[in-house]
Amino acid sequence: MDDFYRELIIDRYKNPLHRGALDPADITFEDDNPLCGDHIRIDLRVDNNGIITEAAFDGKGCAISQASADLLVESIVGKNIEEVKKLSKQDILDMLGIELGPVRLKCALLSLKVLKAGVYGLKEANDDLVEED
Amino acid sequence: MDNQRAMTHSIDLREKRADFPILERQVRPGVPLVYLDSAATSQKPTAVIEAMDEFYRLSNANIHRGIHVLAEEATAKYEKSRGTVAHFINSPSSKQIIFTRNTTEAINLVAFSWGRTFLKEGDVILLTEMEHHSNLVPWQLLSSSIGTKLEFIPVTDEGLLDENEFHKKLELNPKLVAFTHMSNVLGTINPAKQMIAEAHKYGALVLLDGAQSVPHFAVDVKDLDVDFFAFSGHKMCGPTGIGVLYGKRELLEKMPPFLGGGDMIKRVYLREFSANEIPYKFEAGTPAIAEVIGLGAAINYLKSIGMDIIAQHEQNLVAYALEKIASIDGITIYGPSAEKKGGVISFTLNGVHPHDISQILDQYGIAIRAGHHCAMPLHDRFQLTATARASFYLYNTLEEIDRLADAIYHVKDTFGV
Repeated sequence: MDDFYRELIIDRYKNPLHRGALDPADITFEDDNPLCGDHIRIDLRVDNNGIITEAAFDGKGCAISQASADLLVESIVGKNIEEVKKLSKQDILDMLGIELGPVRLKCALLSLKVLKAGVYGLKEANDDLVEED
Repeated sequence: MDNQRAMTHSIDLREKRADFPILERQVRPGVPLVYLDSAATSQKPTAVIEAMDEFYRLSNANIHRGIHVLAEEATAKYEKSRGTVAHFINSPSSKQIIFTRNTTEAINLVAFSWGRTFLKEGDVILLTEMEHHSNLVPWQLLSSSIGTKLEFIPVTDEGLLDENEFHKKLELNPKLVAFTHMSNVLGTINPAKQMIAEAHKYGALVLLDGAQSVPHFAVDVKDLDVDFFAFSGHKMCGPTGIGVLYGKRELLEKMPPFLGGGDMIKRVYLREFSANEIPYKFEAGTPAIAEVIGLGAAINYLKSIGMDIIAQHEQNLVAYALEKIASIDGITIYGPSAEKKGGVISFTLNGVHPHDISQILDQYGIAIRAGHHCAMPLHDRFQLTATARASFYLYNTLEEIDRLADAIYHVKDTFGV
């Protein structure tokens, strides 16, 4: 059964590697999943070339939402902001290594939504993710 | 445990499971369904499915005014269901039964029609901390539009309404007290009859949200002396899309229409109209005819078992479940002890988010609900963002509760807690 709960997800949920805050941060954004009250904040430090040098997240929520946030912020360090804008739903699912139904997909994608909103505004982030559905 | 099992031998509704086709399905190959989400919506017996099917196959027509056999049959079935509803909650007249879409729409009807007509700026509306959003937001909308003031009866740590605070708040002379008959999260059954009598002493009217009570135990609106009573068909073996507002006759007659359109009028001119009589005044447009007929069939089904039997069965289930679930290490259960509550158990498990609990239980075919259950302020009250909720109905068994408990142990294994 526990495909949803691969060891990686449980491990990152219980022992996240990138939970915390960056102070000061160049980009900070936070948001809730109104359906379940999950909450994610992401802090980024970005150098003059638009490269993400440091990233951290904090928040409350289920294993899927918190583990995906941890994996996501890990994956973007060293990347250009422009590359972050291109991240898709599938990138998150590939990182988690699982398939998800529509309800849990929102948990998994909350961190990506927060990240994109931080990078280029909430409305665009919403439009972007809606298009992918 | 054995004692409780023995106790239930007097009430065994096991054979009723065969009345619900969906309970025969497997969630996935080899995994039968354990449906513990009836507080969200109940499953439907064959009698309801067939009544609606038969209506569409044999009698489908729009109701009222049609002068042909189908229209007459449809109208007769529709109005017969109204009578069935009236009898079921002991309404003095079927004219006091207004069909709405659901509990939410019934409460909005009162807020919009009665509230905007009879309340004014500064008037107090007394609610409680344990309300479903459907009994909060309509009053918030009213307050932001006409300036009424909202006050709240707090919830105790045990999950009961604070009686002392209730009396203090009555001193503010609220015009309306609106509260839930039974909490959809804590399961708390509020002492509605006493509370209504108290509120009346202070001149307040009372709206009771019966979404979680009518499906599970006998309700008598005359005995309660309640002014408005709202409930939904889909939580009581009926279809979705049909709800009921009961109101005292003199109140309903004084209230202006809620929605305008066909059927709610007596006479229409280009610039004005005169309203129809109750209940039609509040039923604009073609209603959910098949759903009304389905609701009538659902009530007949519940009556064939007996509401007292159903209540006793659920009482047995919840007592057994409370003991069984509470004994699991790391579990916290919210709400009062079994004798003060209906068949709803909301819980959290240390170290595991309720969504994850629900997801893993689903692997075992067990359907529960996780989240805030449309009661965010109540969750705030207990400093929670979410709970897992198992809820029971007449078709559930003690074995299903055993399976729930076993599956919770699997959740603990998966998360290592």
